[in-house]
Amino acid sequence: MSELLIKNAYVIDPINDIKGEIMDIAIKDRMIADSVSDSAEVIDAKGCLTLPGGVDSHTHICGTKVNFGRYMSPEDMRAGRGRAQPHMYPVSGYSVPTVYANTYRYSALGYTTVLEGAMAPLEARHTHEEFFCTSLQDTMANTLFDGNWSVMEAVSDKDLKRVAAVVGWTLAAVKGFAVKVTNPGGTEMWGWGKDVGCIHQKIDHFGITPAEIIEYLIRANELLNLPHSVHLHCNNLGKPGNYKCTLETMQRTPNLNDKRQTLYMTHVQFHSYGGTKWGDFCSKADDIAWMLNRKPQIAIDMGQVMFGKTTTMTADGPMEFNLYRLYNNKWSNHDVELETGSGIIPVFYSRKNLVNSVMWSIGLELALMTKNPWQCMLATDNPNGAPFVKYPEIIALLMSSRYRDEEFAKIHPDTGKRVHLPSLDREMDFYEIAVMTRAAQAKALGITDIGKGHLGEGAYGDVAIYPIKNNDIDPSRDYSKIIEGFSLTDYTIKSGRVISRHGNCLLNGNNRTIWVKPKISEEYNMSNDPEFVKKFERYYSVSMENYPVEEEYMNKRNICIETETGL
Amino acid sequence: MIKKNVICSFCGCLCDDLSITIEDGKITGVDNGCALANAKFLGKERLLKPVIREGDSIKETEYNTAIEKAADILKDAERPLFFGWSGTQGEAQAKGVHLCMLLGGVIDNTSSLCHGPSILAIQEVGHPGCTLGQVKNRADLIIYWGCNPLEGHPRHMSRYTTYADGFFLKNAFRERKLIVVDVRKTMSSDVADEFIQIEPGGDYAVLSALRAIVRGEEKIIPESVSGVSKSQLKRVADMCKEARFGALFFGLGLTMSKNKYKNIRNAVELTDELSRHTKFTISAMRGHWNVYGANEVFTWMTGYPYAIDFARGIPFYNPGETTAAEILYRKECDALMVVSSDPAAHMPKKCVEHMADIPVIQIDPHKNCTSFFTDVQIPVAITGIEASGTAYRMDGVPLRTKKIIDADFLTDTEVISRIYERILEAKADV
Repeated sequence: MSELLIKNAYVIDPINDIKGEIMDIAIKDRMIADSVSDSAEVIDAKGCLTLPGGVDSHTHICGTKVNFGRYMSPEDMRAGRGRAQPHMYPVSGYSVPTVYANTYRYSALGYTTVLEGAMAPLEARHTHEEFFCTSLQDTMANTLFDGNWSVMEAVSDKDLKRVAAVVGWTLAAVKGFAVKVTNPGGTEMWGWGKDVGCIHQKIDHFGITPAEIIEYLIRANELLNLPHSVHLHCNNLGKPGNYKCTLETMQRTPNLNDKRQTLYMTHVQFHSYGGTKWGDFCSKADDIAWMLNRKPQIAIDMGQVMFGKTTTMTADGPMEFNLYRLYNNKWSNHDVELETGSGIIPVFYSRKNLVNSVMWSIGLELALMTKNPWQCMLATDNPNGAPFVKYPEIIALLMSSRYRDEEFAKIHPDTGKRVHLPSLDREMDFYEIAVMTRAAQAKALGITDIGKGHLGEGAYGDVAIYPIKNNDIDPSRDYSKIIEGFSLTDYTIKSGRVISRHGNCLLNGNNRTIWVKPKISEEYNMSNDPEFVKKFERYYSVSMENYPVEEEYMNKRNICIETETGL
Repeated sequence: MIKKNVICSFCGCLCDDLSITIEDGKITGVDNGCALANAKFLGKERLLKPVIREGDSIKETEYNTAIEKAADILKDAERPLFFGWSGTQGEAQAKGVHLCMLLGGVIDNTSSLCHGPSILAIQEVGHPGCTLGQVKNRADLIIYWGCNPLEGHPRHMSRYTTYADGFFLKNAFRERKLIVVDVRKTMSSDVADEFIQIEPGGDYAVLSALRAIVRGEEKIIPESVSGVSKSQLKRVADMCKEARFGALFFGLGLTMSKNKYKNIRNAVELTDELSRHTKFTISAMRGHWNVYGANEVFTWMTGYPYAIDFARGIPFYNPGETTAAEILYRKECDALMVVSSDPAAHMPKKCVEHMADIPVIQIDPHKNCTSFFTDVQIPVAITGIEASGTAYRMDGVPLRTKKIIDADFLTDTEVISRIYERILEAKADV
């Protein structure tokens, strides 16, 4: 049995209402304990900021499109090379790093749990193979249902239980964690080179609307009693004037769950645009935040954009094609039969570009205008808005209005007329940052009960110790120290073992995949459903027997959350 | 006993609907398979025991001895080259990358001899593609360019394109148009609605002409382009624009003919152009059953799909320099490990000459041309028959091939892992 005692830690643990106290943390046999014996290994935190391990509730690090991003981008690989170290493999990549680069860099930032934002069910094995190598974080996969034919047919029949049965079968079959909807209906239309507009446009052949898909999936999600809510990438991403579509989607969201949000809206920065075209493009973050402040049933992540090179990748195939027509850079697309799509293009966000400057402002505005930090996660939709290694800079921007002003002075001079950022003087504190980077994310994902995102007794011993001393630093002035401090932990501890010390990863292994298996009665078991079986016999290119992800793709430590359902 | 829904580990189609009859632990029948699948599943000839070269003779030996010998060769090498990988399970490919990282060697897969140019083109302009089921359900226009699917990928047309059921097509076979582009008539061109016969080396010009016509610049096109008449080019461009969903598949006739990767680049850009008019996709006809898996595994582990050199501690990629044929040609490597491949049959003479001069390790169930040059050959279980393992179909769909009969052979993964462990132990002893 391993024992670890972290002494003299300045702890912020929002889920347990600890807002900054010097205390000791005991970890016994992987879990947080009340006490440990005298023979426990001791780490002296020296009063440094100590938080639960970071949780990223929306990132793209593993799977088909991520790997295609690497495959098509040797220039990005060259931009992030690193030699092998003792216990560490050599690495490549900046915005779409190799699996090892991702896992090492996340651990250096103190992250111990990550959710892959989009997994096509048909290609799930690929995601799980990469999860296997993501050895320093526990992983989960959002599973795509935006263009699922069986779901759309059930919605068309107004058969909620059937929607839930299809979702439940698929999640268990592909060992997914949550329901992801990317441009609902739009990915199916992209199979014909088309897209949907906002949520009321009918989808060819199926005759239903994005609004209906969202509504049914939200209710099915609750019927299946899943830990996370529906995770939505709204329609119309990246288009001027799309905020109306976003607002209406928010307005329609019911409040169905008292433990967490009913709808998680991702990378909302990309969905908060005013204007009618690029010429009058402007921020509508104020309207979105206004709605969010009145809708406790919604949680969002920022989708912050940071200046520089990155790679955009999403299941939203038609959006990537639009982006390609703007940038005329290289473009990849990958439609997935009966399920979804995807696209990839490299981009450069320039501070000299007005649109990019407005986008940068909007992400920050959303965070600063959302009153309750539990409703707004800090994320970049890695790597779409920026690679996750930029998180420390975003933390500093949220904590220092001086830093924001200095940065604002460097961006496109016309930005001020189109955004609200200069008028916002809110400065977040360490508690709010701890909420936005782990506690709220764990709560939104519904994984606090299995011991993630907090330091209560019985939780996993996931801890990040940053070289930041609360009393010695004024984040408003010393923002460069904030960036430095959040960029590299003194210690990142996962399940009671040190996995990274000053960025030297000390251990290989230890990761778990968290997935869900809704308990569904035989009556609703889709394996026995003739219409569903026919989909595989006639229209999928893979047989039903060869579709589910085998046990071999889970390591022994995997966590299966079985849920009691209404089916 | 009949096993159903067996995945065929022969070509990049990875058909997953084979029925295999097994009697007394042996395969006696194959249903649904093509001629290639039948040969694979019913094949009898194989290497039964590891062999080691001693002087001029080849001697049978045990796994332990052969593995030790392989580890000794690699341990003593200054610049080992690891080549092949397209015919083995993903798990073995991953272990191979770790072995190469450990030794600071060069690792390359057979892509460098087949679709390497396609990858270079994709790295310049991207790849608008889709899964094969998307084509099957929607496409009303299929183009095969520089490939002969009826003979090379015999079930591609019946499972995924011309003869397959399609959700959005009432009578798929009649509603779909088929265009075949090649330098000669083939079995596939015989069933095409439109056969475009190009003079050898003329693909680039024909692709450019089609792009120009699609962009409305047909007036600049001469009456004939590389042997193809302007009227046919116009007809084909119209067919493409009028299709609801067009799918272009290309093979080595495009990647390995004059202009190589520029041909693929041009074909991708034609697809981009057509995407502004209708739905269009492009896909490579990958050959070996898991060559795409080798690209995938190498990419997530190292950042690059093939040709990776770890000599300087970092992954370094420069096809043409770090590709296997070039390294052999320059007589640079001092040991070669070949996994599930036959470079002696496919590489230039000078490369093969160097293979004769250096120690060669071969991991393969079968003897092939390369076996004549090996110092140690270790037979392994055949993935998809005697062992299960991950494979990536030509469109990127990952499948788990099955073990359907028992055999007394180690898997590729086990053999490579044991070599890895030996070398690690030897390094620790120093």
